[in-house]
Amino acid sequence: MDEAREIVAQRGEYKYGFVSDIQVDKLPPGLDESVVRFISAKKGEPEWLLEWRLKAFRAWQKMTEPEWPHVTYEPIDYQAVSYWASPKSDDDKPKSLDEVDPEILATFEKLGIPLHERAALAGVAVDVVLDSTSVTTTFKEKLAEAGIIFMSFGEAVKEHPELVKKYLGSVVPASDNYFAALNSAVFSDGSFVFVPKGVKCPMELSTYFRINEANTGQFERTLIICEEGAQVSYLEGCTAPIRKESQLHAAVVELVALEDAYIKYSTVQNWYPGDKDGKGGIFNFVTKRGLCDGARSRISWTQVETGSAVTWKYPSCILKGDDSVGEFYSVALTNNRQQADTGTKMIHLGRNTTSTIVSKGISAGHGQQSYRGLVQVGKKALGARNYTQCDSLLIGSDCGAHTFPYVDVRNGQATVEHEASTSRIGEDQLFYLRQRGLSEEDAVSMIVNGFCKDVFKELPMEFAVEARKLLEVSLEGAVG
Amino acid sequence: MLELIDVHARIGDTEILKGVTLTIPKGEVHAIMGPNASGKSTLSKVITGHPDYEVTSGDIRFEGESILELEVEERAHKGIFMSFQHPVEIPGVATSVFLKAAVNANRTARGAEELDAAGFLRSAKKNMKVVDLPKDLLHRSLNEGFSGGEKKRNEIFQMAMLEPKLAILDEPDSGLDVDALKIVAEGVNQLQTPERSVLVITHYQRLLDYLVPDKTHVFIDGRIVRTGDAALALEVENRGYQWVRDELGA
Repeated sequence: MDEAREIVAQRGEYKYGFVSDIQVDKLPPGLDESVVRFISAKKGEPEWLLEWRLKAFRAWQKMTEPEWPHVTYEPIDYQAVSYWASPKSDDDKPKSLDEVDPEILATFEKLGIPLHERAALAGVAVDVVLDSTSVTTTFKEKLAEAGIIFMSFGEAVKEHPELVKKYLGSVVPASDNYFAALNSAVFSDGSFVFVPKGVKCPMELSTYFRINEANTGQFERTLIICEEGAQVSYLEGCTAPIRKESQLHAAVVELVALEDAYIKYSTVQNWYPGDKDGKGGIFNFVTKRGLCDGARSRISWTQVETGSAVTWKYPSCILKGDDSVGEFYSVALTNNRQQADTGTKMIHLGRNTTSTIVSKGISAGHGQQSYRGLVQVGKKALGARNYTQCDSLLIGSDCGAHTFPYVDVRNGQATVEHEASTSRIGEDQLFYLRQRGLSEEDAVSMIVNGFCKDVFKELPMEFAVEARKLLEVSLEGAVG
Repeated sequence: MLELIDVHARIGDTEILKGVTLTIPKGEVHAIMGPNASGKSTLSKVITGHPDYEVTSGDIRFEGESILELEVEERAHKGIFMSFQHPVEIPGVATSVFLKAAVNANRTARGAEELDAAGFLRSAKKNMKVVDLPKDLLHRSLNEGFSGGEKKRNEIFQMAMLEPKLAILDEPDSGLDVDALKIVAEGVNQLQTPERSVLVITHYQRLLDYLVPDKTHVFIDGRIVRTGDAALALEVENRGYQWVRDELGA
């Protein structure tokens, strides 16, 4: 068999997910207004937020699910999903790492996840683990000193309602699209970050560090705001494989960068991709958008997506402020029966705005991957510049890579560059590297890393190391 | 050093090597010449362990041990190196990154200490001079955008870095002009030691003016049909392979 394909086919069974068999406080399946009211009441939300949810829900009821993406999946029965599950009580959690499935711990080891993070990832009750508590406490102190707000969305609604009210839905209005509307109606929790004027956040913010992380559920809502001159680097997700309770994951992330602000949002996602036949994996339908509101503001999206059965997301930037900058760096891997229709939208509105898109797609097995990008330059966006590079790497002959670039330019003073390439990992390349003494696995790894280099170098350091390992693990062959 | 004993090999259902017997002692340079489709390149692939080829009978011994059961990289660790006729490109992988990994993979296999970045660079600088390669080549993606001459010289540069016991040069002259050819030949000569064997597979005799073989073998239809010294190469060049066939033939 084709050597390269054999290596990749062995990624095979997703050995690393784990499923909770503890009963949780859960709503029966079904979605109607009463469910929305229930969620809002459970979270003790103010009237204005309930109204906001209801408005979104009513809009959603009138919308139809889009069918244009280049993916196929079993129709989702929205009435068969439960929209609320309360967090597990500490009594049901493992008391220490000793009680955690050794296979999971082995994965953490393989992926090089730092020791102090493993406990939290394995769901160990946080206050039992002294390590993580002390790390988190110092962390929180530092942030408080700087005046940075970093807490769960639910907490932010209670403690900083004015801020939430001001910015929620300002980048992704509830009626924006089908899944955003659904999310706006039933979102469970997420992150809220606010960095005040002139403050550069002294450390990378990672969702792990939010105490009471618990089960944020399938409809996460995240809102990050940087005031003038502020900066933050936010890390979402981790390489550890996570199996969500519900198949549908429809999150919404809104970023707002005022003048001279810089938000860097990095994602590493390795959710359960389904079995070899593509059954049971997670649907990752996310709306992520950043608004470069002020002059010289900058938003960077960096993502490494290797999991989920179906991925459908377009982290985008609206370049409203003059001289603002939008960036999108992505590595997406589809193996076995995974499908991905992903890309970005760069909307140039202000003057002299710049956008950079580097998309690297790796397809293996029967994976299908599409890059869909929109570069839109408005009539008044004089001096706009875009550089797009989208490359596909195919491993084996049963996978597919597709590109749907849309370029819409409405003035004569714009520069838009688009480069694309498609290549295969050749038997020749593998033989060459092996003849120089490298093992099959190292050879595939080297070729793939070389391919992803331009994206990996944009990742925050700790993510870059994890991402490289993740790719290696994802492409692991059965050697011997 | 290298012994092929009545080797028959095939790719798919086609037998290409039809009983090759060859012995290359330590320190000697052997040349193989033959017409197109004679199986010369197959010979190099079979020795290095290319997975597409199967040895159906016979044995290949390296330093007294059979290597037929060894994987490609294991044969490399034993000290077998091949300079490719068409070196492949690996975009995004810097030559230095690749070569350092290769050098260290081989060192580790031999039980030697790995080279650190500084050690690697020192060794690289020295060896690049042997084949007159520009320093910036190290930072470029492996073979990407290299000229034909640069690619071939890069192969010899890698040979210098990896210090193999057996170097198989598969048509190192193809696609080169006279000057580039001289550099490649001179490079191999400079690197030659009494501990190293070289097997040069070539189409034309010219390379052998500069890289003088101890023995020349003529390869026709999957077998060695004639062995001689450097003079044989000249005769073949002047009289053609048909002459060899006729001599054997009827």
